[in-house]
Amino acid sequence: MPYVLPGYLPILVFMVIAGVIAVAMVGGSLLAARQKPYPEKLSAYECGFEAFDDARRPFDVRYYLVAILFIIFDLEVAFLFPWAVSLGATRLFGFLSMMGFLGVLTVGFIYEWCKGALEWE
Amino acid sequence: MAPTFFFYLFSVVLVLCAAMVVSSRNPVHSVLFLIGAFFNAAGLFLIAGAEFLAFILVIVYVGAVAVLFLFVVMMLDVDFEQLRSGLQRYLPVGIAVGVLLLAELVSVLVGWHVHPAATAVRFAPAPAGVSNTVALGELVYTKYILLFQAAGLVLLVAMIGAIVLTLRDRRSSRHQRIAVQNARVPGETVELRTMALGGGVPVADILRPRLTQPDAIDDDPLEPTHHGGHHPADAHHAPEGR
Repeated sequence: MPYVLPGYLPILVFMVIAGVIAVAMVGGSLLAARQKPYPEKLSAYECGFEAFDDARRPFDVRYYLVAILFIIFDLEVAFLFPWAVSLGATRLFGFLSMMGFLGVLTVGFIYEWCKGALEWE
Repeated sequence: MAPTFFFYLFSVVLVLCAAMVVSSRNPVHSVLFLIGAFFNAAGLFLIAGAEFLAFILVIVYVGAVAVLFLFVVMMLDVDFEQLRSGLQRYLPVGIAVGVLLLAELVSVLVGWHVHPAATAVRFAPAPAGVSNTVALGELVYTKYILLFQAAGLVLLVAMIGAIVLTLRDRRSSRHQRIAVQNARVPGETVELRTMALGGGVPVADILRPRLTQPDAIDDDPLEPTHHGGHHPADAHHAPEGR
């Protein structure tokens, strides 16, 4: 048994509690409430109208750009965590290695800033 | 005992989620099952002692990649009924590709040979006395520096590629001009007027700030109207603080 596992017992307890609460809510309403479905009740509700069109409509590609830029900087930060905790062992070489990595990404950051990719309107 | 139980729990749920990703009719449900698969894989990583990978899986894959998948699924606007319509036509090609992949997988599994030293390493992911994250950090930034810098270049390419592919210059969008905002002083925007006592509020013209930057005024038809007092309501308040 790996030594890290006992530290995750509280998370397990929380997940079990969350699961029990979720099942109790849905299951309780299934058991306690009277279920009388009919097609009109089960149809999509849109302020009393018939549903105008499909819910899945294409939206602006700018959301995608923001999301992918977020992922890239998310990964950059993810690389910083092991670097920060192991800097005592890797010393100057590890420091310069990370500086090179950050420098490459800073070039991209300056590029996207100058292109205006971070501006919304 | 407990790790064995959770290993089988996570594994079974992971395989079920993966099967649902493929077989679910609604692509949004597929992405949600994919998120469930990611969470269970994170649990498996934890049991293997790789806690850093477990949390990176949750943060990066669940937090970002799955959201991106949802965007793509929502944005594609694919008629899924139409996609399924050509089943009869594409069945032979699909079966051929499937058989080919199966043959490749079988050949890999049959020819699988695990080095005896590798099995010893596999059960000790981190050196004793050092946490998983530290052990990873001691290797990634020094021994595998070339791959690490290559990862940075791949991220740079992804960043530039996403901008080149998706960034459109919108002429209609109103960009924020920070320099113009910062250069504003109260004298340009606030106007003091003396009001006649008991005279009520006079009908004022539309007031625009007198901008000093020539490019900011461009084609504003309302701009000159508040300079000259040609409006009848403007005539009776004499000192306007200009």
